[in-house]
Amino acid sequence: MDAVAHFFQSIPVDLLIIQTVNGVVTGMILALVASGLTLIFGIMDVVNFAHGELFMLGAYVGVLVLTATGSFWIALVLSALIVALLGAAIQVATLRPLLGRDSLNTILATFGISLILQNYALWQFGPVARKIGEPITSHFNLFYLTYPWYRILIALLSAAIIGGFWLFLKYGKYGVWIRATTQDRVMAQAMGIPVPMVYTAVFAIGAAMAAASGVLFAPLVSVNHTMGLDWVLKAFIVVVIGGMGNLGGSIGAAIFISLLEAYAAIWVDPSQAVIVSFVVLILTLLFRPTGLFVPTPK
Amino acid sequence: MTTGPLSKSMPLTTKLSHTAVFWIGFCVVMAVLIVAPLVLPEYWRRFLTEILIWGLLAMSSDILIGYTGMVSFGHSAFFGLGMYGAAAALLIVSPPNLWLAILFGLGGAAGAALFVAYFSTRLRDIYFAITTLIFSQIFYVIIFTWTEVTGGENGLIFSRPHFTIPFLYDTRFSTATLHWFVLAVVAGSYVLLRRIMQSPFGMVLQSIRENEARTRAIGYPVERYKIVAVMLSGLFAGLAGVLYAVQNQFAAAEFVFFTTSGDTVIFNVMGGIGTLVGPIVGAGFFQLIRELLSRIFGDQFPYLIPLGVIFIVMIIFLPQGLLGFARRWLNR
Amino acid sequence: MNQTAPRTEPIVLVEDVHTYYGKSHILHGVTLHVQPGEVVGLLGRNGVGKSTTLKTIMGLVRPSHGSVLLDGNAISGLPPHKLARLGIGYVPEDRRIFRLLTVMENLRTGLDRNGVTEERKAGLLDKAFTYFPVLAERRNQAGGTLSGGEQQMLAIARAMMLEPKIILLDEPTEGLMPRMVSQIRQIIDVLHREGVAILLVEQNVPLTLEASERVYIMEKGLVRHHCAASEIKVDDPVIRQHLGV
Repeated sequence: MDAVAHFFQSIPVDLLIIQTVNGVVTGMILALVASGLTLIFGIMDVVNFAHGELFMLGAYVGVLVLTATGSFWIALVLSALIVALLGAAIQVATLRPLLGRDSLNTILATFGISLILQNYALWQFGPVARKIGEPITSHFNLFYLTYPWYRILIALLSAAIIGGFWLFLKYGKYGVWIRATTQDRVMAQAMGIPVPMVYTAVFAIGAAMAAASGVLFAPLVSVNHTMGLDWVLKAFIVVVIGGMGNLGGSIGAAIFISLLEAYAAIWVDPSQAVIVSFVVLILTLLFRPTGLFVPTPK
Repeated sequence: MTTGPLSKSMPLTTKLSHTAVFWIGFCVVMAVLIVAPLVLPEYWRRFLTEILIWGLLAMSSDILIGYTGMVSFGHSAFFGLGMYGAAAALLIVSPPNLWLAILFGLGGAAGAALFVAYFSTRLRDIYFAITTLIFSQIFYVIIFTWTEVTGGENGLIFSRPHFTIPFLYDTRFSTATLHWFVLAVVAGSYVLLRRIMQSPFGMVLQSIRENEARTRAIGYPVERYKIVAVMLSGLFAGLAGVLYAVQNQFAAAEFVFFTTSGDTVIFNVMGGIGTLVGPIVGAGFFQLIRELLSRIFGDQFPYLIPLGVIFIVMIIFLPQGLLGFARRWLNR
Repeated sequence: MNQTAPRTEPIVLVEDVHTYYGKSHILHGVTLHVQPGEVVGLLGRNGVGKSTTLKTIMGLVRPSHGSVLLDGNAISGLPPHKLARLGIGYVPEDRRIFRLLTVMENLRTGLDRNGVTEERKAGLLDKAFTYFPVLAERRNQAGGTLSGGEQQMLAIARAMMLEPKIILLDEPTEGLMPRMVSQIRQIIDVLHREGVAILLVEQNVPLTLEASERVYIMEKGLVRHHCAASEIKVDDPVIRQHLGV
């Protein structure tokens, strides 16, 4: 009993709260990345390996636009637009010809794309990481830390983007097209919905969401060409835990594993903290292979 | 050679001639590869040996991709464990012993494979691909951060063992003899794996690829077959890791990283899955283009960009790979 | 055969169409036509290729040989969404309602086309809700929660949103209660009065003979018999031979 009590006393409450805030912030960005991934999977059965690279390119384009214009917000919007166009081009050039083939072909193709994009970034921007400042520099006090408001803003913005996207899916004309195509692509075509266009648009939207998260996250870390893989791995974990193609589940899972990793980082090195989410993934696959959150609606 | 149930119905003459042609082809390729180190300069000798090692890794993954229909994105784990297993044997036991290195390497790979196989074979298609990828990253993180044992980022350096036959023979490896040793291992693995894939066991794997539900309905314990397939694949990937460690005298965490798995998949797709030799050809094709590009444009050239483009173009227009046209023939 | 050959330009003309699913040869040279505003029945046992004929017209299956003409223009090879906008409505066998979309959203999938004014959309919805009052009641309910008959009505109403020249109806009464069957029968008449052509695939022979002007009888991927619906009775030897009733 003493040992247990001692353990609980040794948990630093302030640290726990700080890590909760951190976990939610990263979780919201991760949710933004994962929403795009799960959307693309849900509608066209494509596991987009290049999603992390779109995140990374988004961050780079953001850095470039910021340097050119000086405005973080212009950088955010432009980066999302540019990467959306890139995503559309990628979809048309590589995934459209693979329509109707086994979904393993598309995972291989998107893997090839990620290879190209990553090495392009290395070639174009060099191995030295880029840094950008936070657009809002004010802080508030969180225990002994002065916590940047920008982080809170990131979480809110991510939530706003996801929320806006949800509204679009629910009420927009093209939102109905996307949902109809997700449920029955053949019947959607028979109702006059241009399914190939919907695919391209969805890929572009997913890319834009990845790029936006890249720009939002850029001030917290340094931007380099390898940052994509970490994120795509995490997003994969999130999407599998949340249930493939399930938007709500992905958001829940993103926050869940980000919190777990944040707590784990209190005791172990952050690079080892990722193992926690690996373990959660394994357990999920063992006991709830359809995902930890709500069964996938299809 | 071919005694599988499928070949019994074939006329004796075509069977003989096919077998004969196959083995003549095999011997010709072997002869070229045996003579190669005698005529090639030192650099290309090592280059060729390395292609064989990557080829063995890719061939091991073909058991899953090409024959069982499961894309593994986690072969770096088996390769890496083979590498670190060999490193352990070579660092602990003095004098370093080749056979012990192989034994340790295979042991390490088998452990990793058992772990991965147990969990990921319950899943199919992309879920299998993603879980193998994530498992390999677990091994990577452990190896990368457990600096006291694995050397972390710096890896481990050791000396190359002698080639020994206990009580009989003991000699240092030269680049040529090492090449022959690697060639013998790779060729032996090919012959063995081809035999296994033509056996009833291999036929069941292929029937899982064609129609998993039906295979299960006939009464085969599909999961058990898949576990064995992953184990088998992992063992040969580990063997490739041992050979790589012996050739380069180091073990490094970067080889456990995902990129090694990615390369393995690329070799497979480029060479032609489901052929066993195709992946070796794919590895050769990949390495040659890479070498060519860096000779023309310099070391800094991002060779993976054109290779990535070739890879995607091949998926779209040549999904069978370079040797795909010979797939049926090679498996007969 | 001559008296039933096209008199005017047919709205849909299927000529010597061969279709394969993988290696199995499903249609062995189907030829048929539908005149504007005409109701045509397509009879035959299960698996003779009736549904495949409809899918081929809709562009969901590509014929390996032969041609499909819409208003005299070759359409084989066009993607289904273009055909839908050219005026082919499709009501598939298993209805294929978008289960998670509400009734209203199901209808909207066919409404949100370019060049359709808001008034016209409202008019189309009004018409659908007049024909199918139950859909108006359930407009905000998910499609998957409707009963079989309601789903069938939604499927037909949904196709009507495209303002089609022809509707391909695949077994609309399958698995429905008798009351629902007669409702479907009435809807066919209403559509007919509005001048929409219908190609009706059915197992229900009496209903088909009653509703159609002409019938085709298929067997093993071919049209075996073709006549005016009035020339044939339910207990006709032809029917017995090809349909085994």
